[in-house]
Amino acid sequence: MKQKDPDLLLFHAPLLRQGMTTPKAMRDVLIALAPATGASLWFFGMSAVLVLGASIAGAVLAEWLFADRASRGESLRDATGVLTGLLLGLTLPPGLPMWMAFLGGFVSIALGKVIWGGLGHNLFNPALLGRAFLLATFPIAMTTWVSAHPEGGFFSVYAGNLALPFMQAPVDGVTAATPLGLLKFEQEVTPLTNLMLGKIGGSLGETNGILLLLGGVYLWLRRDLDWRIPVGILGTVVIFSFFLGLFDAERFPTPLFSVFSGGLLLGAIYMATDPVTSPVTPRGAWIFAIGTGVLVMLIRVFGGLPEGVMYAILLMNAATPLIDRYTQPRVFGHGAEKQP
Amino acid sequence: MKVFRRLRRNFEHGVHPAHHKQQTENLPIQRVPFGKHYIMPLGQHIGVPSRAVVAAGDPVERGQLIAEPGGFVSTALHSPVKGTVSKVGDFRGVDGRFAPAIAIEADPFATQEVDPDAAPDWRSLSLEAFIEAVQMAGIVGMGGAAFPSHVKLSVPDGVKIRHLLINGAECEPYLTTDHRLMIERPEALLEGAEILRQKLGAEETVIGIEANKPDAIETISRHLSPDQPVRIVTLKVKYPQGAEKMMIKSVFGTEVPAGRLPRDVEVNVNNVGTVVAIADYFLRGMPLIERVVTVAGPGVSYPANLIVPLGTSVRDVVKFCGGLEAGTREIIMGGPMMGRPIASLDVPVLKGCSGVLVFTEEQTVRRKEYPCIRCGRCLEACPYFLNPSRLARLSKARMFDEMKDYNVFDCVECGCCTFACPSNIPIVQLIRTAKDDLKNRKEPDA
Repeated sequence: MKQKDPDLLLFHAPLLRQGMTTPKAMRDVLIALAPATGASLWFFGMSAVLVLGASIAGAVLAEWLFADRASRGESLRDATGVLTGLLLGLTLPPGLPMWMAFLGGFVSIALGKVIWGGLGHNLFNPALLGRAFLLATFPIAMTTWVSAHPEGGFFSVYAGNLALPFMQAPVDGVTAATPLGLLKFEQEVTPLTNLMLGKIGGSLGETNGILLLLGGVYLWLRRDLDWRIPVGILGTVVIFSFFLGLFDAERFPTPLFSVFSGGLLLGAIYMATDPVTSPVTPRGAWIFAIGTGVLVMLIRVFGGLPEGVMYAILLMNAATPLIDRYTQPRVFGHGAEKQP
Repeated sequence: MKVFRRLRRNFEHGVHPAHHKQQTENLPIQRVPFGKHYIMPLGQHIGVPSRAVVAAGDPVERGQLIAEPGGFVSTALHSPVKGTVSKVGDFRGVDGRFAPAIAIEADPFATQEVDPDAAPDWRSLSLEAFIEAVQMAGIVGMGGAAFPSHVKLSVPDGVKIRHLLINGAECEPYLTTDHRLMIERPEALLEGAEILRQKLGAEETVIGIEANKPDAIETISRHLSPDQPVRIVTLKVKYPQGAEKMMIKSVFGTEVPAGRLPRDVEVNVNNVGTVVAIADYFLRGMPLIERVVTVAGPGVSYPANLIVPLGTSVRDVVKFCGGLEAGTREIIMGGPMMGRPIASLDVPVLKGCSGVLVFTEEQTVRRKEYPCIRCGRCLEACPYFLNPSRLARLSKARMFDEMKDYNVFDCVECGCCTFACPSNIPIVQLIRTAKDDLKNRKEPDA
C-alpha cells in the first residue's frame, strides 16, 4: 500500500499573514465615509446623488478605460477608483453641473493616477488634483455655494446640476457663502453648532464635522490610518489659531472654528492620510502634518482665498519624497549606547 | 528615560501572529522508535562542514564520533544509532542540492544506549578544554540557526560575560519544543545553565520566557534553588521576541550595536534546547544525536512533540504521526515565519530543525500581489527599524547597491514585513535576493 507523496510546494516563509489586504483597506475608507456621505444626501438631497454619482462615474470610467485589458476587472475591484471619485465629489459644491463633476472624476484618475503608473505611484492626491483642475477651469461654478436643503425637498435639484456641457452654469437663486468666505469677506462668524452639524453652505462632504471625525475614529481603530497626520494637522491649526486669537480675537477665527470650518476635517482625515502621497516614516508624518497645518492657516488668514486645505495638502504631497528621504528611522543598534 | 525603558521588558515593533500552539503545547514529548536508515549531512550547522572519519562498511556505536570539525566554526557529528555506515557520499539535502553526508543502517537488534560516562568531568576542565569539549559534542544553537555553540562561548581576552541569558521565548507560531522541555526537563535546563554560568564566570542566569507559557514559568520557578543565581523574566508575547538581540533589548534594555555580538554587551544567549543538550552531554554522556521536534500544522493527522534521532527522514517522522492529511501542500522545517520548505519527504531531521510543520491550501494559497501603497505597516513591523517598503521597491528595480544605503545588511530576515504587508508583496524574499546578489557578486579586478 505505497502511497504517493504529495507534490510539495516551496513557498518561502513566512507562510502566515496578518489578514489585512489593500482592497480591504480601501473598502474601510469607503465605509468610514458612508456617514458623511449620508449627511450630504440629507442636506443637499438629490443634488448630492447627482454630483457624487457623476464624479464617481468619471473616475471609474477613466480607471476602466486606461487599465490594460488583462487586469481591467481587477483594477475596478480594488475600489480605489470609486474612492477617488467619492472623495472628489465630497469636495465639490452641491450645485455644480454634473458634467463638470464627471470631468473632474475623469481627470482625477487620468492625470492624478494613471499617468504616474497607477496605484501606489502617484505623487499627488488624485482627488485633490482633480479638484485643483476644476477650480482652475471653472472658477465661478466651483465657488458658487448654495444653502442646504433645496426648497422642493429631497427630490428637487439645484438648477445648476443639470446645466449642459460647456454652457454657462445658471446661477442658482439661493446662494450662500461658506463660513470661511463669510469670515474672510464679510467678517461674519458662523455659530459653532451650525459648523459641527452642517447647517452651513459648503461642499458636499465638508459640512458635518462630527460624522467625519467618527469615520476617522473607525479608520484609526482598523489601523488603516496614520493617526499622526490628522492629529498633527488639527493640532497645528488649533495652536496656530489660538496664538492668532491672542493678537486679535475679533479678526481671527477661534481654534474650534478653524477646525470645523471648510474642508479641514475632510482633508486632514481622508486626504492628507492617503498613504501613497504622504510620508511613510513616523517622523516624516509629523513634518508633513505640521507643514500642512501651517500652510492651511497661512492661506486662510493671509492668502487671497478663503480656504487653503487643498493647496496645502498638494504642496506637502510634492515635498513627501524629500521628507521621506531625510527622515529614515534610526536602525536598531546604530548609534546606540554600548552599555546598559 | 533609561529606567523607563528598562522597566518595559519589551523591544519595539514586531508583529503578533496567532501562535497556533494549542495543537501541541499540552502533549508530552514522546520518543520516535528507531528506524532503519539515517542520513547525517556533514554541513548541518552554520560554518565549515564537518570531515567524515568513518567509511562505508564501518560499524558504529550510538554516540560514536563519525565526523570531526572541519575548522573552528564547525562541529563534530556522532552516529545517532548503533549500526553500519552504508555510504559516505552525496545526498539530497533540505535545500534540494546534493551535499556530502554519511548514511547509516541501524542495527535492528541493538538496545541503542549511550555510554553515560563518555563525557569528561566539566568541573575539572579549563575553559579552553570545556569549549573544545562542547565542539566535540557537536552542540549547536538548537533554536533554528544551528550556529556552533562553542564559537559563542569563545570570548576574546578582556571581554567579560556578566549575564547568561537563556532563550525560552519560542516566539515562532506552532513550535512547542522549548516549551515542553521547560516543563518536562527543568532540572536538566537548570543543570546545563549552571555549567555554562560557572564556566563563563557570569554573575547571573536569566531565563526569558514569553508570557503565553505560564506553566513553564511556574515549573522552573518551583525547581529553582536559592544558591543558584537564576531569575526568570516574563516577556511580552510578540514575534520575534526570541531573536537574540531583541531579547537582550527586552530583558536588559540594551541595544547590541549593529555588526556586534551579544558578548559586546556582556551577555551570552543560549536557547533552551542548547542548554539541555549541554547538560545531557556533560552529565549523561550523550552528544548531540537527537533533538525535540514539534510536528504540527493543519496537514498532520496526530500532532506531537517528539524526540527524534538526527538523520531520521521526515517521512519516518510524519509516518509516526499518522501520515499526511489529504490536501497537504507544503512542509516547513522550522517555524512558519523563518523555516525552510522541503522539497522531498526523504530529507533528514537536522540539528537545527525545531519543527516539521505541514501546511495545506489555506496557508499556501497564491495571494494576489497589489502595488505598494506605502501604508507603512512594514516599517511599524520591522524590529530593526528598517524601511522594508523602500528596500522592496529598490530590490524590484534591481538597485541592490542603493539598498546598502538603507542598511539592507542589518536585516535578519525575520519576515515581519512580509507578514504585515496588506499588498502581499514578498518583501523579505526580495531583500534576500538582494543580499544574496550583493554577497556573491564578484569584485572587479583592482
